Amino acid sequence: MRKYILVRALYSVVTLWLLVTIIFGLVRLTGDPVAMKAEAGADAAYVAQLRQNWGLDQPLYWQYLSFVGRLLRADFGHSFEKSLPVRDIYFERLPNSLKLGFAAFLISISFGVPFGMLSALKVNSWWDNTGKMIALFGLSMPGFFVGLVLILVFGIGLGWFPVLGKGSSAFIWDAPWTWVTFWFRDWAHLVMPAFALGWYFSGAMLRITRSGMLDVLGSDYIKLVRLKGVPERMVVARHALKNSMIPVLTFAGLNLLIMVNVAVVIEVIFNWPGVGQLLYDALSNRDFPMVQGVVLMSGLMIVLLNFTIDVLYGYVDPRIRLSR
Amino acid sequence: MATIPVGADQPIAAPRAARRSFRVIREAPLIPLVILGVLASVAVLAPVLAPHDKLDPVKPTREQCLAKYTTPDCPYIDNVPPFWARGGGFDTPLGTDFLGRDVLSRLMHGARISLIVALTGTLFAGAIGTMLGVLAGYMGRWWDEIIMRITDAWLTLPSLVFAILLSSVRGPGLWNVVLILALVFWSRYSRAVRAEVLTIREREFVKLAEINGIGKLTIIWRHLIPNVMNTVMVLFSLQVGVAVIIEASLSFLGVGVPPPEPSWGLMMAQERESLMEGRWWLEIFPGTCITMLVLSANMLGDWLRVRLDPQLRNR
Repeated sequence: MRKYILVRALYSVVTLWLLVTIIFGLVRLTGDPVAMKAEAGADAAYVAQLRQNWGLDQPLYWQYLSFVGRLLRADFGHSFEKSLPVRDIYFERLPNSLKLGFAAFLISISFGVPFGMLSALKVNSWWDNTGKMIALFGLSMPGFFVGLVLILVFGIGLGWFPVLGKGSSAFIWDAPWTWVTFWFRDWAHLVMPAFALGWYFSGAMLRITRSGMLDVLGSDYIKLVRLKGVPERMVVARHALKNSMIPVLTFAGLNLLIMVNVAVVIEVIFNWPGVGQLLYDALSNRDFPMVQGVVLMSGLMIVLLNFTIDVLYGYVDPRIRLSR
Repeated sequence: MATIPVGADQPIAAPRAARRSFRVIREAPLIPLVILGVLASVAVLAPVLAPHDKLDPVKPTREQCLAKYTTPDCPYIDNVPPFWARGGGFDTPLGTDFLGRDVLSRLMHGARISLIVALTGTLFAGAIGTMLGVLAGYMGRWWDEIIMRITDAWLTLPSLVFAILLSSVRGPGLWNVVLILALVFWSRYSRAVRAEVLTIREREFVKLAEINGIGKLTIIWRHLIPNVMNTVMVLFSLQVGVAVIIEASLSFLGVGVPPPEPSWGLMMAQERESLMEGRWWLEIFPGTCITMLVLSANMLGDWLRVRLDPQLRNR
């Protein structure tokens, strides 16, 4: 087991290093961050100053080494706009994104999992077809369109929910009592953005649950249980459910992180001050270090989660940890 | 095994194949094909079909100007509602936007942009990803190790985040979006294609070709690539939908197709304030277009997947 964990950790480190290298390389190959910041015809001295500030006047190998070196010290550079460390700004915004992500996650799970199971238990029935159709719509309607329709109907038309912002509650790192209260306040603000964000993922959840359940229901041990005359309800509840949940939970964990990171458009529409909006503001201000920092953080989070999932799988399933 | 002369089965095989292809056509899902067909022909014929220019405002008549501004002459009338609402007319059936441009014409040209960007982007991604996947799967060893490690690292980032990173250094532009899509999506193909090649390369026809001393490149081109095409096609049709959404999202965020080009995502971004003022049609029409395009691409992809993978047929 220890060897397995070590190998997985090594893989994660390699993946992370490759990711950092890819980002470094692609950014320099496909364009020039300075050219984006300085408009055409900008003062040459200003451009040179920018280059110097970002270390872009150094030789490439040195840029790379100092880039990696700073990352190892958890230094993501300084935001160009606010001249604060990217890391500080990021962690100030992260709780808001997490709140939205968790809410969307709960919506996607509570919708996708039951309907996915229902659809798998009654293959090709009316339920199944409806479920498939809803999943298809979920995957095909862009989140920002869902968000705008929600604003139109429930925000402006019916006036049920506030349209913009996250409400007055804030997560403040220096004030420990807000660490708890933050999550339980201003839910009315949360409903529409969470639904718009969770919409896509409930379709994905439904599909994954359905195919996982179908796989388990077709397996030999379920056939044996059925042959023994166990009532169908028990077959599903006692034997099929647990095993079919393994892929669903893996996928759900990954989805939560992806939701935190791809909520950009939703956060912009609902003016939700999370990481996504940070990314958007950085994009419109051409604040390249900020964009890069947010992207690196999301990569780091996902690599860490993948590592955790691999280790957990290793614990649960001896075949996995012995095959490597 | 008894020797069968080469080509002995062909007279029988030909009509059977024809019958089979007919069955395939008959079973094809009608709704997505019709939607895609309509969207594609609108995209191709947009300059002919569109009643107005995509960039210039619609010239209002004297009566319209008088009704709105009480002067007989005005450059344009903005925010005209669609024809069934009060104040709308059949001259601009889906209304006009904040600059008085015809929404219908812009939607038609928008179909062009969406389809061109999504199709070419996915096509490039598919070409790169398939080549690398085949190389990794067939050459094995270091090729496999290096290509797959890079693919894994590449897959770590969510595609939208990756696309945003690239667009922050590329800036807005139609072909920039295509480049970004190709760069982001190739890794989806290489992973799937490699897995497919790993089983194909153990099959007899590949082994026989190897024994006959046929070069690696020829084997890849003649034997491997045709056999992974099924997988690639399924992935392609599913990726097109995602690509349309990514393009719309990038344009919505202002780093995709630059204004004044009528990208659907951009149209929605520019009209966000009008939603608050009750002019819903400026948001709903482009959104519906995106949804219809993605929905039919996904339906077609699902059908292809079931069709080409017998294990899934009853699912």
